[in-house]
Amino acid sequence: MTALKRLLAATALTGAAISGAFAQETIFLSTQLRPVEEATKVRQIILKGAPGPVAFVVEEPSPFQTRMDAETQAGKRTISMVGALHGELSPLVGSKGLDPVDDLVATAKARGVPDAMMALGKLGTDKQMYIPWMQATYIMAAKKEALQYLPAGADINALTYAQLKDWAKAIQDKTGKRALGFPAGPKGLMARFFQGYLYPSFTGGVVATYKSAEAEAMWTAFKDLWAHVNPNSASYDFMQEPLMAGEVMIAFDHVARLKEALVAAPNDYVTFPAPSAGKGRGFMPVVAGLGIAPGAPNRAGAAAAIDHLLKPETQIAMARELGFFPVVKADLPADLPGGIKLLVEGVAKTQGAKDALVSLLPVGLGAKGGEFNKVYIDTFQAIILRGAPVRATLDAQAVTLQTIMNETKAPCWAPDKASAGACKVN
Amino acid sequence: MTKTRIMPYLLIAPATVFLLALFVVPLVQTIALAFTDNGAASLTNFRKMAGDLNFGLSLRNTFLLVLAVIPLQLCLALMMAMMVQKLEKGRDLVLWILIIPLGISDLAAGLVWLTILQDRGYFNTVLNMLGLVDGPVNWLSYEAPLSLFVGVVLAEMWRATAIVLVILIAGLQLIPKEYSEAAEVFGAGAWTRFRKITLPLLKPSIQSALILRTVLAFEVFAVVYALSGRNFPVLVGEAYAWQHVNQNNGVAAAYAILVMVISLAATVIYIKALRTKPEMNP
Repeated sequence: MTALKRLLAATALTGAAISGAFAQETIFLSTQLRPVEEATKVRQIILKGAPGPVAFVVEEPSPFQTRMDAETQAGKRTISMVGALHGELSPLVGSKGLDPVDDLVATAKARGVPDAMMALGKLGTDKQMYIPWMQATYIMAAKKEALQYLPAGADINALTYAQLKDWAKAIQDKTGKRALGFPAGPKGLMARFFQGYLYPSFTGGVVATYKSAEAEAMWTAFKDLWAHVNPNSASYDFMQEPLMAGEVMIAFDHVARLKEALVAAPNDYVTFPAPSAGKGRGFMPVVAGLGIAPGAPNRAGAAAAIDHLLKPETQIAMARELGFFPVVKADLPADLPGGIKLLVEGVAKTQGAKDALVSLLPVGLGAKGGEFNKVYIDTFQAIILRGAPVRATLDAQAVTLQTIMNETKAPCWAPDKASAGACKVN
Repeated sequence: MTKTRIMPYLLIAPATVFLLALFVVPLVQTIALAFTDNGAASLTNFRKMAGDLNFGLSLRNTFLLVLAVIPLQLCLALMMAMMVQKLEKGRDLVLWILIIPLGISDLAAGLVWLTILQDRGYFNTVLNMLGLVDGPVNWLSYEAPLSLFVGVVLAEMWRATAIVLVILIAGLQLIPKEYSEAAEVFGAGAWTRFRKITLPLLKPSIQSALILRTVLAFEVFAVVYALSGRNFPVLVGEAYAWQHVNQNNGVAAAYAILVMVISLAATVIYIKALRTKPEMNP
């Protein structure tokens, strides 16, 4: 067949796909695993054994929301199944973009998905809105050459924020470089650093303690630390890039956003947990979930694909190929590739730390998740980047934070103490 | 008779339908979005916008950019247009080269300048080769607001001066040579001829160029985003952030309305200030 004929045939097939010849194909829209190499692995390896054909389509978080809402409003579904982060699935409850998946709960529980994680999947309703798919968290990575500057007596696996500051300061004093980096760029995940790491470690809370005296001391301390942070941090989205370029030597980020650097040169790096402060070592597990759209063109196909993705062997393949960790009971093999092994070690050290303090992802914020993040980013920008006074900034932003809590009526979540009504900023 | 009367309307009908569907309808929807909250008429979105941390800063930055870029661009484009006009040979080639940036998208232009100005960019490499700096200098960080601003101005100048140039050249070509020649006979020097003949006769073109450029300058976004990320907030950037990052399309719509009102006001000012009497046209 000539190339032209093939092209014509393909065009005809595309038309046919819409009109029903391919109706059995399940369209799976995901905000996760977007980079081409990762999406290719999902198509060729992860979804290979799925019972029916699954088309894996990726979309950035914002177009994802727009597309789901557009299909809901048009009353016409092309997407059967969605895969996204907890915080990205949460707005879909209010906009009627998720069909409850209570029929899949039994399988998920039998495979060993922890109850606490299943509870997250209810998204504040009494029905299961998504099935946990894969998990990750944030860790720190450092170039081995930076270890020589580690302050005397500091254990890299039990660092405090004060020691991290001394470490970055030592590097700056010796090399003249500000070698510590954070993903505080427009697409970086810095808000989660404040919500899951800095605030819990210093104040033991996220919302209730937002403007506490501890928070005030925390921002002052963080400002001191920031003096030794690479100023390009305000533009970093994925820390793997400045690590590979040699712009920074120590970085905090989501494991998936460190992966490329670690995989490229596993022998050059060490991974370790984020630092601790007075109230413990805050850390935030990240959960991505799988949901089914209401009126899905192929609900049975979507359910079968979810079942396939939750099989222990699929989950292990996800860890090996993509660096996301199983949500089901599955033992990771010992022969993981070097970079992935570093990620696994970093995560294990984080979860296993004696003073670990788990922060849940925000629950019940619905479509206000973006504005909730903005409070923390704005506070950071005002205090750290623009030099605004700490107390006044906290008092001003606390009003915005309280408004969001009142509008959504979201009760406090861990590590804040549970509240009866909307979470109160004390 | 009726046929000729209907004809003009028929001819503009496709454009009208197009504008109604793709401009007026979204405009009405945006206004509706901006002035409602949970389905009820309200000014909440505007209050939220005005109370936002970045509001004052983005307003200030946008105006600063417009005030810095537009006059510079106008002078530069005038100079370039006069030069091109005087060329005997290779005029088309020079013009063609000068307007290349017009064919490049905003974001691509921003990225081009990013590769020049970033830490490991060409600019630092050259400075380093000349022995002027030891290591990479950070031109675009929040710690260097002045060089960041200059960088954005440079990129905007490079990207959008060509559109002013094209309009001015078109205008220059409309001016009959006789005026200039007559003035020369009476002993007017080049500068006098430029000031007393070319500039006044070019006023309608300058007005169009200024309106077009100013409206576009108030909408500046991609270049700033590429060069500065969040370090240099501008109005349209805030609209983008409220829509895509904070996911509140009401406040995003409020920003869009504000940008539109500012652009309209600027247009009205130009039309009033640069009004030309019909008899003054060439």
